[in-house]
Amino acid sequence: MVAEITRDDAPASTRIKPVRSPSPYPSWFYLPAAIIYGVLFLFPTVASLFFSLTRWTLFDATFIGLGNFQQFLKEPFLLQGLVNTLIYAVLTSGLKVVIGLALGVMLTSQIVARGYLRAVIFFPVLVSTVGVGITFTTLMHPTAGAINTTLALVGIHGPGWLTDPHFALISVALVDVWKGVGLAMVIYMAGIVAIPQEFYEAASIDGATGWQKFGSITLPLAMPATITVIILSLIGGLRSFDLIWAMTKGGPGFTSDVIASVIYKQYQAGFYGLSTAGNVVLFVLVAVLIVPLSAFLNRRQVEL
Amino acid sequence: MTLRTTRRVLIATAAGLALTTALSAPAYAEDVTLSYLVDNAPSTVAVAEQMIKDFEAANPGIKIELETRPGGGDGDNIVKTRLATGEMTDVFLYNSGSLFQAINPTQNLVDLSGEPWQADVLDSFKTVVTAPDGTVRGAPIGAAMGGGILYNIPIYKELGLSVPKSWAEFMANNDKIKAAGKAPVIQTFGATWTSQLFVLGDFFNVQASVPTFAADYTANKAKYASTPAAMKGFERQEEIFKAGDLNADFAAATFEEGATKVATGEGAHYPMLTFAVSTIQQLAPEHLNDVGFFAIPGDDAASNGLTVWMPAGLYIPETSKHQAEAKKFLAFAASIAGCDSQTAAGGATGPYLVKGCTLPKDVPPAVADLLPYFQQDGTTAPALEFVSPIKGPSLEQITVEVGSGIRSAADGAALYDEDVKKQAQQLGLPGW
Repeated sequence: MVAEITRDDAPASTRIKPVRSPSPYPSWFYLPAAIIYGVLFLFPTVASLFFSLTRWTLFDATFIGLGNFQQFLKEPFLLQGLVNTLIYAVLTSGLKVVIGLALGVMLTSQIVARGYLRAVIFFPVLVSTVGVGITFTTLMHPTAGAINTTLALVGIHGPGWLTDPHFALISVALVDVWKGVGLAMVIYMAGIVAIPQEFYEAASIDGATGWQKFGSITLPLAMPATITVIILSLIGGLRSFDLIWAMTKGGPGFTSDVIASVIYKQYQAGFYGLSTAGNVVLFVLVAVLIVPLSAFLNRRQVEL
Repeated sequence: MTLRTTRRVLIATAAGLALTTALSAPAYAEDVTLSYLVDNAPSTVAVAEQMIKDFEAANPGIKIELETRPGGGDGDNIVKTRLATGEMTDVFLYNSGSLFQAINPTQNLVDLSGEPWQADVLDSFKTVVTAPDGTVRGAPIGAAMGGGILYNIPIYKELGLSVPKSWAEFMANNDKIKAAGKAPVIQTFGATWTSQLFVLGDFFNVQASVPTFAADYTANKAKYASTPAAMKGFERQEEIFKAGDLNADFAAATFEEGATKVATGEGAHYPMLTFAVSTIQQLAPEHLNDVGFFAIPGDDAASNGLTVWMPAGLYIPETSKHQAEAKKFLAFAASIAGCDSQTAAGGATGPYLVKGCTLPKDVPPAVADLLPYFQQDGTTAPALEFVSPIKGPSLEQITVEVGSGIRSAADGAALYDEDVKKQAQQLGLPGW
């Protein structure tokens, strides 16, 4: 769009120095948007910066400087929450890339019941996260859940998927993958379908095997799809909260807490200033991770 | 033809309706509808509905609409947020003691010190709904509870066991129960709040050996981790786990499942508050007489006593537009008729905090076991949350970790001391 306008304007600008033409709309047209932005975004942001510096009971606030940040950063579960968040984000985005790519390749090839399989795999994306969480909590019940009763039939004593501290976070991550892999698959399908068939034909003529075609054509040319999937699921993983809260509430104890659930627990306990400070920390953390990543991404897209 | 008839009928109906509305409008204007917020536990809702029915029958012209909220931390948040935004119902039910102190009663709640019915409320309850300025801000609802151990009577009879008076006897009973192939102790960490009983219910024993603990703890002079008597609760929870005495699904079971298990004999002991009797009455009424109760035993059989929980209170927010009518409902709750209404709906779960209220003769055995503690001197002590404004919010997660072997008792107690510090600072207490 921008490029087109510049090209059209080019001859004119050689004759007269371009004068910035006044906007056809009066400036007060901005007002509704500005008010909404101010009330719903700017004001809460500034207010939360202020309240993060106070001890706040909702009824009154006492200014305590950076005390909340000091307290939040030495929260005994914060470090574990950070590590868990990273494990969760990396595990889910990694699995979504691998499984999504495999499914994308499989479901763009000529196989039986392709449409049906696509629909079945995409379906969990449409279901409410909390609903999925509650369903899997029941399925993963250590003694009465469908998963462990099925395993017991073949003589395997299943672990407490959500109650064993070694498994809880991984179990939730796997459910997240089950729920989100459909979206990754669709993104990959779009990327794979966009690869021109000529490349594959040329490769076949040169005698390339299936694996060679996958490694040298599909994988590199589906890179934009891979980057999209990674970014989407990484951001999703970093701010993940709903599924974890629905399934384990960060438990047993604190073992599957992520940053968002640590913050929520402070809020739940009535430490409103402290939880606001936690949100400021999370905001900074996500910005520090995502801004360079997205800048890097935009550069990649230009190159492609 | 039919069309025209239909239309005529319609017009007539509409006119009739308009007339009825016009005629009955003054009657509606006199009616006041109070909103009433309670937690969504089935036993609470059943009692609330029965009380509303009885109150409305005695007070024509006042209607009450019941609203429910979740319990636990989410419920605390709803109450605090609605109070802060002025959206609270005309009457609401909420904990007494430390949680009551955290909703800023002086600023948010109507002062009830001058109400005539306060004369009938026992002082032990008044102290737990007294704001920092010395005024009483609540009316009692529900019965006093004991925090101890519910036990399955048929298992005790079958194995020839007797109610333990010391911790050593309790563990000996557990060994025999385990040898008989039953789960000695039921834990239900699916509902995390149920994990706190070994620590909170041990407070009688704590104050028996360190009488100044509550005051020192509030003043930041005594800590759980550095007071051996206070550490006991954490250590016992750890001991029970290490002994392998728990039910197989302890990590996922819920409170309702735990109450059912102890009633049906799937497990022998369930550390719980006695209000669980009304839950058993609803879920397994045929087993209500199979459940007994005893206090959490301490080291010394000679000083056996019970940690007591005060019931919740009813409060009126300052923002209520119908304070006069709301006070009538509180007066009803704090009357003998109010107690009887509660007994009718939820059964007798313990002694009421209103003078003159009596319990029926045939109370369930668990309640019959509870009452003697109240009738003697020196065999009860209020739980810590009623003698100190500080209760750390993470205790339930910490006790889940200690009780399932994820964290050691010493670590758990130290972590809880940190948690308590945050709460004390939030409340703005001196010395923190």
